[in-house]
Amino acid sequence: MSDSKSVKMHYDVAGDDFDRAGEASAGLKRLLQKIGVPADIIRRIAIGTYEAEMNVIIHAGGGQVDAEIFPEETVVYIADQGPGIPDIKLAMQEGWSTAPDHVRQMGFGAGMGLPNMMKCSDDFDIQSTVGSGTNIKMKFKHISEDL
Amino acid sequence: MNLNDVRKLLDAKICVGEEYLGRQVETCCGSDLMSDVLAFTKCKTLLCTGLANMQVIRTADMTDLCGVILVRGKLPGEDMLKEAAQNKLPIMSTEYTLFEACGILYSNGLRGCSRKAEEQ
Repeated sequence: MSDSKSVKMHYDVAGDDFDRAGEASAGLKRLLQKIGVPADIIRRIAIGTYEAEMNVIIHAGGGQVDAEIFPEETVVYIADQGPGIPDIKLAMQEGWSTAPDHVRQMGFGAGMGLPNMMKCSDDFDIQSTVGSGTNIKMKFKHISEDL
Repeated sequence: MNLNDVRKLLDAKICVGEEYLGRQVETCCGSDLMSDVLAFTKCKTLLCTGLANMQVIRTADMTDLCGVILVRGKLPGEDMLKEAAQNKLPIMSTEYTLFEACGILYSNGLRGCSRKAEEQ
């Protein structure tokens, strides 16, 4: 991969489709492995993207996962046209969740998703408008923590 | 401890991934909550869980878990077996409960993923 080029990935994520939940994140993980990004960085990208993908499936009725992989960093964009988040500050608090019971029974909806996305990424941005949807941008630098 | 040691201690049945039982287990997590697994585990962690669905396999893939133990005699479905085989993820099943399985592994030296466990 040359400095001037990036590799792009796009997935459409269907709402409430729990059988396929995680396919976008798994696809991105395989692509990053193929490119040769360090394993500890891939783990953070995969977890952050999976948390976002699950949110789109659970709360938004579907959306889009896009990633652009540069030599120095990976940028992940998650967009949905769902109900939006009325209070982002509240949603960022660990343990706060509006997930329904059937989602909790599957092991999700513990209110850890947004804080974990922030923890995994080097740069995290969330924009949400009630009635229009939510856009998340996460940047992950390709530098191992132990360097 | 490796996965084969875990199998013996928990008298576990191998459901898939027998060829990976030599894999080292560095830490262990006992949880039915995949949100916690995503937030608090490290790579090469063994997951003991009572949850037997596809999200366990996907969560294991994202977090680089070294293996999964299904407790209370639960068994994976065909879809789980297929995906786990593709992801090179070993799954075993034990009759012990989550508490018992974690207790046996802890008393044999396996530790958890928390910062407090690291300090011990």
